[in-house]
Amino acid sequence: MPKSKKENPITFRKDDIPSLEFSHEDFLNLYYFMKLSREIELRVINLYRQGKILGGVYSGIGHEAISVGSTFVLGEEDILLPMHRDMGAHLVKGQTVERILAQYLGKEAGVTRGRDGNMHHGDLSRGIVGMISHLAAMIPVAAGVALASKLQKKNRVALTFVGDGGSNVGDFHEGLNFAGALKLPMVLVIENNQFAYSTPISKQTAAKNLVDRAAGYGIPGVIVDGNDVLAVAKVCREAVERARAGRGPTLIEAKTMRMRGHSEHDDHAYVPPELLETWKGRDPIQQYERFLTENTLWTSDEREEIEARVKKEVDDGVDFAEKSPFPRGEQALEDVYAPVE
Amino acid sequence: MAETTYLEAIKQGLREELLRDERVFLLGEDIGVYGGAFKVTKGLVEEFGEERIIDTPLSESAIIGAAMGAAVMGMRPVAEIQFSDFSTNAFTQIVNNVAKAHYRYGAVVPLTIRCPSGGNVHGGPYHSQNPEAWFTQVPGLKVVAPSTAYDAKGLIKAAIRDNNPVIFFEHKYLYRRIKETLPNEDFIVPIGKAKVQREGQDMSIITYGAMVHYSLEAAQILEKEGISVEVVDLRSLLPFDKDRILESVKKTSRVLVAYEAPLTGGFGGEIAAVIADEGFEFLDAPVRRIASLDTPVPFSPPLEEFYMPNPEKIAEAARNLMAY
Ligand SMILES: Cc1ncc(C[n+]2csc(CCOP(=O)(O)OP(=O)(O)O)c2C)c(N)n1
Repeated sequence: MPKSKKENPITFRKDDIPSLEFSHEDFLNLYYFMKLSREIELRVINLYRQGKILGGVYSGIGHEAISVGSTFVLGEEDILLPMHRDMGAHLVKGQTVERILAQYLGKEAGVTRGRDGNMHHGDLSRGIVGMISHLAAMIPVAAGVALASKLQKKNRVALTFVGDGGSNVGDFHEGLNFAGALKLPMVLVIENNQFAYSTPISKQTAAKNLVDRAAGYGIPGVIVDGNDVLAVAKVCREAVERARAGRGPTLIEAKTMRMRGHSEHDDHAYVPPELLETWKGRDPIQQYERFLTENTLWTSDEREEIEARVKKEVDDGVDFAEKSPFPRGEQALEDVYAPVE
Repeated sequence: MAETTYLEAIKQGLREELLRDERVFLLGEDIGVYGGAFKVTKGLVEEFGEERIIDTPLSESAIIGAAMGAAVMGMRPVAEIQFSDFSTNAFTQIVNNVAKAHYRYGAVVPLTIRCPSGGNVHGGPYHSQNPEAWFTQVPGLKVVAPSTAYDAKGLIKAAIRDNNPVIFFEHKYLYRRIKETLPNEDFIVPIGKAKVQREGQDMSIITYGAMVHYSLEAAQILEKEGISVEVVDLRSLLPFDKDRILESVKKTSRVLVAYEAPLTGGFGGEIAAVIADEGFEFLDAPVRRIASLDTPVPFSPPLEEFYMPNPEKIAEAARNLMAY
């Protein structure tokens, strides 16, 4: 485990490549998932402006490196418990573009068949446990997933997320302490995007770094540059390996910036414009594009091919979602209880 | 005179009490510069400063626990839970600490808890609930659910002046849809008093919150069919106005109870039970309830419409009751 560097987030250096054990295809896939995540969200924002989306739209624009980089290092069997800005994580875990877009439109073909909105969905067939709106409430659940893994000798890891704001909820502390005490295979990534709705981190806590809390629970904590997908992947892979080796949970603080309002109805006037400017220059996707180009890890054909594929998948997904039917009212009554065996 | 929205009425109530009593302060998530998720507190931090309009960490249990601590020390906090659905995170504080302190050791807890609640806003399972019945089972709390701008203002002011903890369910659907002209002078609406929103002879609809408006619409539909409906708005659920309910039952002999929460275990069941118990001899028909279905609040419009009562469904239930 790298020593927790309290002030400077871990970033990726070129000589880290061998330790990542990523194939050429992996490098391209990381790009594909980040790009796909961004593209879906931009289209959703567009649909929102056209009045086609019901409810609010909470985007993860700027968060792609965290949700993709962390989930990318999971194995098939590992379990994801995502948060509301983790579009990329759902995609890496195999959720389809069609189902996600149908979900946004409240359609029958959506992940929750119209029952829940926006990003509140999970899919156990793909190893995704759906979040509830109550922030941090999934952390004890992640600990339970990890506990089951231990009891069932499955060697599977639970990966979950929380925001800087959500990290102040009691469940954060109870869940993390529980996982630490029982040495459970869990990885918790704090997506510190510096604002919880309108409230800056300085008003959320007197702690300098959120990761400092790890010490209180006797577990390792690492700060990582949340806009650097390879750095996130590297740190998370180490945490996942540690968990798999039976050495317990890790707390990771990924520092980033929320690039849009809390949701699309929020003009985020409370964010100093200079802050957004600085972080715009560090866009996770553009940064990774530069990395791939500078290190000749892709050809321009490969890049164009991915971009065309992403565009087509999203076009098709929107088309599918718009054309697919709403659920019928009476379906509200289905599935309140599981059938008795 | 300009009309005041339900939302604006709550803000006026808060503002007037902040001006009237320096012990009053507000705390909650994003209530300061941002003005709250629904903008109810917009502008108050500019007027009263950060010591009286306090942006808190995202920590509901701490918000209510800290508000209680300040209240027992003589302050009069108004805590905001951003969506009533998140009150569960403060459940221990509300139902075990705040509610029982006076009974247990004589502490006075003048705490108001604002809880934006209710559906029909396509908010899905966690931004649409009507959780009043979670709290009406807890002696020591007072619970109010205004349906008009006048009542919203009068009840928030009464809640702040009350020496007991009061949960104030403000309905999101009504925020900008409901308006009326309010008096200029200071007024309160007493907690525990119902109001007849419409007089009628043939049957009573006992209701509260957003369902008051749907019931009034249903009453209009039914009027054209020759059925005269009285609509009683409870306004307060704990304590509630038993006398006013029984008076109406005596007059009309038929009762429909309408509420927005799921049917089973809802607060309307309590009203029905009281009428069955104390008004049985006045009744010409069984007491009926119309409420939401016993499912979580679904997101997709056809599902949510099917789930919730609406004026048509209320009118239909009323016709059936008349036909009994
Ligand atoms: C327990 C709880 N309280 C309040 C809310 C309302 N709410 C939704 S998102 C949000 C801000 C979250 O900020 P943060 O945890 O930093 O995550 P971010 O949205 O910045 O990614 C709030 C207050 C909630 N969902 N859950």
